[in-house]
Amino acid sequence: MLVLALDTATPTLVAGLARWSPDGTTEVLVERAVPSGNRHAELLTVAVTDALRGAGRSLADVDAVVTGLGPGPFTGLRVGVVTAAALADARGLLVVGVCSLDAVGSGGRTVVTDARRKEVYWAVYAADGSRTRGPGVVRPEELEVAGPVVGDARFAERLRVEVTPAEVTTAGLLRAAAPQLADPSSAAPLVPLYLRRPDAVPPTSYKPVTTT
Amino acid sequence: MSRVGGEAIVLGFETSCDETGVGLVRGRTLLADALATSVAEHERFGGVVPEIASRAHLEAMVPTVHRALADAGVRASDVDAVAVTAGPGLTGALLVGLAAAKAYALALDRPLYGVNHLAAHVAVDELQHGKLAEPSMALLVSGGHSSLLLVPDLAHEVQSLGRTIDDAAGEAFDKVARVLGLPFPGGPPIDRAAGEGDPAAIDFPRGLTGPRDAPYDFSFSGLKTAVARWVEARQRAGEPVPVADVAASFQEAVADVLTRKAVRACRDSGVDHLVLGGGVAANSRLRALAEERCAAAGIVLRVPSPRLCTDNGAMVAALGSRLVEAGVAPSALDVGADSSLPIDVVTR
Ligand SMILES: [Zn+2]
Repeated sequence: MLVLALDTATPTLVAGLARWSPDGTTEVLVERAVPSGNRHAELLTVAVTDALRGAGRSLADVDAVVTGLGPGPFTGLRVGVVTAAALADARGLLVVGVCSLDAVGSGGRTVVTDARRKEVYWAVYAADGSRTRGPGVVRPEELEVAGPVVGDARFAERLRVEVTPAEVTTAGLLRAAAPQLADPSSAAPLVPLYLRRPDAVPPTSYKPVTTT
Repeated sequence: MSRVGGEAIVLGFETSCDETGVGLVRGRTLLADALATSVAEHERFGGVVPEIASRAHLEAMVPTVHRALADAGVRASDVDAVAVTAGPGLTGALLVGLAAAKAYALALDRPLYGVNHLAAHVAVDELQHGKLAEPSMALLVSGGHSSLLLVPDLAHEVQSLGRTIDDAAGEAFDKVARVLGLPFPGGPPIDRAAGEGDPAAIDFPRGLTGPRDAPYDFSFSGLKTAVARWVEARQRAGEPVPVADVAASFQEAVADVLTRKAVRACRDSGVDHLVLGGGVAANSRLRALAEERCAAAGIVLRVPSPRLCTDNGAMVAALGSRLVEAGVAPSALDVGADSSLPIDVVTR
C-alpha cells in the first residue's frame, strides 16, 4: 500500500511517501525534510504537495496516513496530527499515530530531542528496536542513558555523552507504524504525547483593586 | 467554481478562541453550524487558557466536521470551497483550524480562503438578513474584541474606525462578574442580574466620551476599576452589595458608550446601516438601546441571533461564500495565522 508519512514533533518537519508491504518491506519513494522552526502550519501542506508531486502521485493514490504523535513542542505537534486526521477523514483513509521518538535511529539506543525549557524528550530502545523506557521529559543531567545516544546533538555536553545526530525519518515512521498498518483494527485514536500539563494556574482568589 | 447555475457550498472553520466551529453555507443559506466549546475547562481560571483551548480544538475537530456535514446533509465531496479564520486570535488555537482547513482543502482539491475573524462576524448577518447594505457600519463586541468598522465592500475593503485601547467589552463583563461573585463567562449572569436592577442607581464612568477623546475608540478598564472600587467600598463598610443595581448600572454604562459611538460614526460617515456582532451583542440592554437610538437616528439596525453573534464556523463560511461570489483569489497553501491580523486584510 502507498503510505503518506508526516511528522511535526521536531523543528524539521517530515513529509514522505513510501510503499509498504505486509511482509515488512518498505520502499521510501520520496521524503521532504524541511527545517521549519515554528512554521509547521505554513510549510506542512506545501511539503505534502511537493512530496506527492516528487513521486508522481496524487492523494487519490494514497492508502494510509502515518503521523508522529510527539512528544514535541505542542503547537507544531498539533499541526501534524490535525493535518493527518483531516487528510485521512476527507479521503476515508486509515490513519495511524506513532511515538515520534520511535522514528529516530534504529536498534538499541537512547533517543533525545529538544523539549525546550532546558529539557529533553527521551526514550530508550532494546537491541531489537522495541521501546523499553519512555517516552519522557527530563533535564538532560538527570537522564539515565542506555546504549548509544542519538538525536539532537546539541545536548551532548549536558548529557556528558556523545550524541549521534539523527532525525525523524519516513522509514522510521513506517517501521514504528508497521504493527498498526498490518492490523488496522489495532490503530489507536490520534492522541498527542504532550507529556506536560498545560501552563495554567487558577487564580487563588480575587485581588481587590483598591489598596488600603 | 465549476458549479453551474447554483451557489457554492462553503465549509468554514473557526478556532480563534475557545469555540471549535465548523459551519456550512450554500450561498447565503445556512446549512449547518456545528460547535464544540471548551468554555467549562476555562471557568476555574477566570479566562481562556490558550493551551487548554488548543488541545480541545484538536480533539473536537474531526467530530465537529462530521456533525456539520451530517446536519447539512451534504458529503465532503459536495463542498466547493473551504474558509478558515487566519486571525486575529490566539496563535496556537488558530493554527489547529488553519492546518485542518488546509488539509480538507488539499484532500478535496478545493480552494482555501484564510479570512479575517472580524469580517466574518459582519458576514454572518447575511445568513439571516440577506445581502449587506454597503457601506455599512459594524460594531463588534466580545471577550476578544471591541471594534467599530466601516464596511464599504465586505469582500475587499473593511476599515477600522475605532477599537478598545485597553480591555475588550467582554473582558470587562468577565471581571465585573468576578467582583460580584457571578460565574464566568460574565455576560449572561450580569445580563440576568441586571434585569432586576436599576440602571440609573450608580453613575459609573463612560470612558473616552470627553470632547477631546478619540470619538470612536473605547476604554473599559476605568469602568471595570470603578465598579470594583465601588463594590469594595461597600464590602469594607460592612454594607450589603446591591448586585442587581451594580450589574444594571455597569451594563448601562457599556451599552451607552457602545451605541452612542456607533450611532455617531454612522452619522459622521453618512452610513445608514449598522450591524452588531460578537458575544456581547447578545446582551439584552445593548440590543434594546441600539434599537432605540438607531430608530431615533434613522439607521437600519441588523443584529444576528445570539447564537450567530458568538464565534462559530458558519460566520467564516458566510464570509468565504461572499469571497467566492466576488471572485476573490483564494489563499496560497502556505498561508499562515496572524494573531493580530489587521482588519483591512479581509483575506490573506
Ligand atoms: Zn469573535
